[in-house]
Amino acid sequence: MSNIYYLPTHEYARVEGNVAYIGISAYAAAQLGNVVYVDMPETGDDVEAGEDFGAIESVKAASDLFAPVSGAVVEINEELIDNPRLVNEDPEAHWIIKVEMSDPSQLDTLLSPEAYAAHCEAEKH
Amino acid sequence: MKTTPLHSRHIAAGAVMAPFAGYDMPISYRGIEEEHRAVRSATGMFDVSHMGEVHITGPQAQAYVNHIFSGDVAPLAPGQVVYGMMLNERGGVVDDLLVYKRSAEDFFLVINASNIDKDVAWMQAHTDGFQAMVDDCSERWAELAIQGPGAEDVMLDVLGIDCRDMTFYTFRDIILPSGASAIVSRTGYTGEDGFELYAPADDIAAAWDTLASAGVEPCGLGCRDTLRFEAGLPLYGDELTDDITPLEAGLGMFAKTAAKPSFIGRDALVAQKEAGVPRKVVGLEIDGPAIARHGYAVLDMDGNAVGEVTTGYRSITMGRSLAMALVPAGLAAEGTRLQVQVRRKVFPATVVKKRFYTPKYKK
Repeated sequence: MSNIYYLPTHEYARVEGNVAYIGISAYAAAQLGNVVYVDMPETGDDVEAGEDFGAIESVKAASDLFAPVSGAVVEINEELIDNPRLVNEDPEAHWIIKVEMSDPSQLDTLLSPEAYAAHCEAEKH
Repeated sequence: MKTTPLHSRHIAAGAVMAPFAGYDMPISYRGIEEEHRAVRSATGMFDVSHMGEVHITGPQAQAYVNHIFSGDVAPLAPGQVVYGMMLNERGGVVDDLLVYKRSAEDFFLVINASNIDKDVAWMQAHTDGFQAMVDDCSERWAELAIQGPGAEDVMLDVLGIDCRDMTFYTFRDIILPSGASAIVSRTGYTGEDGFELYAPADDIAAAWDTLASAGVEPCGLGCRDTLRFEAGLPLYGDELTDDITPLEAGLGMFAKTAAKPSFIGRDALVAQKEAGVPRKVVGLEIDGPAIARHGYAVLDMDGNAVGEVTTGYRSITMGRSLAMALVPAGLAAEGTRLQVQVRRKVFPATVVKKRFYTPKYKK
């Protein structure tokens, strides 16, 4: 059973216990090009499933980041403050925020890796 | 959507494409940052065939151009190029453009792709009283920009066009090996030395292929914008619009209100100068890594919205978050502290010179 789930807007939630590590998919990172800034919430902030919690910026444009699940931010990835390009190197290792889920049943509404891969394939055409 | 004569080459090269001014244009090939650095340190080439060209001819061509243009073309020698604007009666900018003077009866105008229809209609609506013909020849000319410190050598060694004796903002008519007429000027939009070559589609395609074989970096509109931004050059739609005057844009030196007794928009500029220019385009340096994008609000230190960002980037050359913004004249002095709203957060910023990067033109 896989523990990673996706939104159609390319964010993932990798789940360990009641905590979700939220970042962007490898497909999205490749589409963005070099990441120059990640706008993150603060530890203690609440995020709401489906709502934007920050943004990720390439040279050209800012893209909103949407939360796959609701909960409280327990940690932000501080490495990305000085080195946002880590997201390009390995986006699934370099998560953006860590969230204590308030409603894990929300995971049922997200895409499986297989469904997400099919979604990306469809988006290319 | 329209395409340039080089479109199939951009697709074959795997360029990231996007619509711009009705054309499907390349945004980047290898990456905006890589292309930007190639132009600052070596040479890059840009397909700018979307740009518009208008030929003005006739016994009163010079008087006509001076009527619709903010600059003064009378003192120019044949072979000189001048930058300036067409203004509306309110002093707002219809478009910014380059004027190439062949003679007092023959001018070549280069206008923004996004404004071709508007400009040509404006020009044709203002020919009354002048023996001058307006010919939109945008579809007959393709255009290549070769930009960077290595551009002069590339022109000679790769294209066989000797531009060594050309000074900045001059041009010449040349005949290409194919027999086609072309125009080459020492101009550009990057803050570097460089050239712009206007020729028929097949000749521009041949030049592109020759330059690509010689290893000249293909560059997209992505770095064209980051390069012009660093050099403090305006982009129509961002720093210039129908509602922003050249005085507000900090381009008053291109509006010759003293040298020319009349031109469209002159009275409005004179009145604005007397009354005081209400707002100005300034440079902003943002504290921290946040990027202020076009349309973001500029706040005073009390948090009141007072202006708007016109362009903003993390500068590729300087590595800092910089922006141009339209703010009230009272808050436009260098060193003034302001704030920028970036989504949910507010970041302090300082007014600085908007020429962030000192251009390296060959005068």
